[in-house]
Amino acid sequence: MVDAVIGENTVARPRRAAGRKGLRHALKRKSTAAFLMTLPLILLIVLLVVYPALYSVHLATLNKSMQRFVGLGNFEFLFKRDTFWLVVKQSCIFAITAVVFKALIGFIVAHFVHNIPAKGQRKWRGMLLVPWVIPPAMSTLAWLWLFDPSYSAFNYTLAFFGIGPIPWTGDAAWARFSVILVNVWYGAPFFMIMYLAALKSVPEQLYEAAAIDGANWWQRIWYVTLPMMRNIIAITTLFSLIVTFANFDIVRILTAGGPLDKTHIFATWAFRVGIEGSDIPLGASVSLFMVPILAVAAIFILRDVSKRGNES
Amino acid sequence: MSRRKLNRRQFVAATAASSAVLITAPYVRGAYAAGKLSMGFWDHWVPGANQASTDLVNEWAAKEKVEVQIDYITSQGKKIELTIAAEGAAKSGHDLIAMPTWWPHAHAELLEPVNDIMEPIIQENGAVNGTVKYLGQSGGKWLAVPACVGSQIKGPCTRIDLMKKHAGIDVQELYPAGGPPKADSWTTETFLKAAEACQKGGVPFGIGLGETTDSVDSAGAFFQAFGAELVNAKGDVTVKTDAVRQSLEFYKRLIAALPPDVASWDDASNNKWLVSGKGAMIMNPPSAWAVAKRDAPQIAEQCWTHGFPAGPKGRFAPFLPYFWSIWSFSKNKEAAKSLIVHLSKPSSIEKMVVASGGYDLPAYEKLTTLKVWQEQGPPTGTLYHYPNPYNHQTLSIAASPAPPKIAQQIYAQATMTKMCLRYAQGEKMEATLAWAEGECEGFMRS
Repeated sequence: MVDAVIGENTVARPRRAAGRKGLRHALKRKSTAAFLMTLPLILLIVLLVVYPALYSVHLATLNKSMQRFVGLGNFEFLFKRDTFWLVVKQSCIFAITAVVFKALIGFIVAHFVHNIPAKGQRKWRGMLLVPWVIPPAMSTLAWLWLFDPSYSAFNYTLAFFGIGPIPWTGDAAWARFSVILVNVWYGAPFFMIMYLAALKSVPEQLYEAAAIDGANWWQRIWYVTLPMMRNIIAITTLFSLIVTFANFDIVRILTAGGPLDKTHIFATWAFRVGIEGSDIPLGASVSLFMVPILAVAAIFILRDVSKRGNES
Repeated sequence: MSRRKLNRRQFVAATAASSAVLITAPYVRGAYAAGKLSMGFWDHWVPGANQASTDLVNEWAAKEKVEVQIDYITSQGKKIELTIAAEGAAKSGHDLIAMPTWWPHAHAELLEPVNDIMEPIIQENGAVNGTVKYLGQSGGKWLAVPACVGSQIKGPCTRIDLMKKHAGIDVQELYPAGGPPKADSWTTETFLKAAEACQKGGVPFGIGLGETTDSVDSAGAFFQAFGAELVNAKGDVTVKTDAVRQSLEFYKRLIAALPPDVASWDDASNNKWLVSGKGAMIMNPPSAWAVAKRDAPQIAEQCWTHGFPAGPKGRFAPFLPYFWSIWSFSKNKEAAKSLIVHLSKPSSIEKMVVASGGYDLPAYEKLTTLKVWQEQGPPTGTLYHYPNPYNHQTLSIAASPAPPKIAQQIYAQATMTKMCLRYAQGEKMEATLAWAEGECEGFMRS
């Protein structure tokens, strides 16, 4: 009996010691330290992102009065609604058109700023970033006044040239143009600053070599600048696509989805259905419909990022 | 450092002595003996109007020994609706909350019935109008008590001078201050002719065709004047009727006489239209007139708030009540009921109406002739007919009599104004009706 006890102790001690040693090793490992350091952030993400996301999935499976489980019933219902498909179409038009123009304008302006002598460049950079720095809800209010149906400042100005009045937010086509314009105005500076950073990292020698080879302006852009900026263009475009798809404030303030639902996008229609119509499960289903679209975009981003990592 | 230690005997003695003192001590009523009560009230547009509510609540709290906390929640950006939705989902929040029009029905399952207080309130203040019954009652159960604060009628506010000049109509004669209306000639046909005349005169009526409440309310009242229902009280879709067709024909003519941009008007557009002096009429509570009184007094002096034109099926005006409701998860329901009773006393209601400059409307029949509406001006008597003192029009809400949960969808999605626009923009009548029928069928889900 005594022997057995002694035997147990002699076995247990080295095990505990080995455990302590293992823990020490684990703590010394870089990956463990990294995990511990990111743990607060992970917890925050779980609390602020994962939980609400799961909760919205739960909501999307309930009936209108939130008392009965209906599975995918809300999605089935949505697929039968013309307005839903109108919103899908409009969200795509809105996001793709806005991102293309933001990228194009950002690219052109970044080149202009890049060519400004270093002394005055900071001032221009600061000024061009202003639209991006002002909270969009505030700047959109200013646009709302500019587009005001009855007292539009734009129409007042155009009247001097005998043009107009243009129904900026009263006609479906003009209303779509207006919301896209404001989104481009707000988002283009982000592209500009990203592209400017990318431009600055292109080695000057490449342009010199291209010049020696007799490359013209267009060839320098096509064969030197664009390949060097490829990654940043892809990441910025895809990132912006996600943000633009999920936009709410600009459309909500400028047109609230009208006229005749012709400017609704996912977020604004989800708000209309969920909050204004007191059908929270259906609103949750509308906003969740963005997930597969945005997930595809996110996969592209991550693939691009990892590819970039491998190349470097 | 010395520490005095209690031995076992001393500890037992001290405990026994303390218990004896606590048991024999007389009951002393604390400052907040009746507990705590939190309330979410609508944040009033009219400066200073919140103070009347605060004073009334404090007066009640001091008497009842209740600790109160008031949050004034704005309706800007639908903040009050968001708060209600969040509290309903979390089953936690204020004990008592102000709910706009459709929300008591939307959250009927989560509200404390208030029949016990509603009946004595009605006995004291008189019967409530039909719209309040429709929105505040479910299966004989009162879901909430109509709040004076925030309730409004969106009747025509007409420029006396412009209407006389361009349409030859004297609105003061139709709706004299201090007397009953003499408005038999004020019909939808007269209204259309007046709209056309004012448009020709360069001062069109300012009636929105957007998707916000002002536009929807006007369309709702005109549809009802023609007897048009998209969904009837039983819940059957009744879009394809002659009454709906007549309403669309009426609106097609009306839209032709309105400013060209009405499709994008929101609830601020009509107010600006009146205050800028560009138009001869808008459909609004007296807030636009009150702003004009401050910013453009020469325009305010020419404004007269009055009744709606009558259609083939009667004269209807949009009434939008607010309600005071008690969550079923409230921790102090009795105190909440007691406060609502206090706020519904005629003297309390009068204080709130006066503080709002006549904007707030009680829903009770004995309280539509308060002095404040007779005295307000300029011009004196401009608000005399605002609270419908002679019951000369039926107070209604757009999309009624459909069951409230379906009607709320029709209202929120602005189905009626969209129908009017689609038809006026050239869509075939039957195509518009088919579209609306499809929409209404979609609103049936429970």
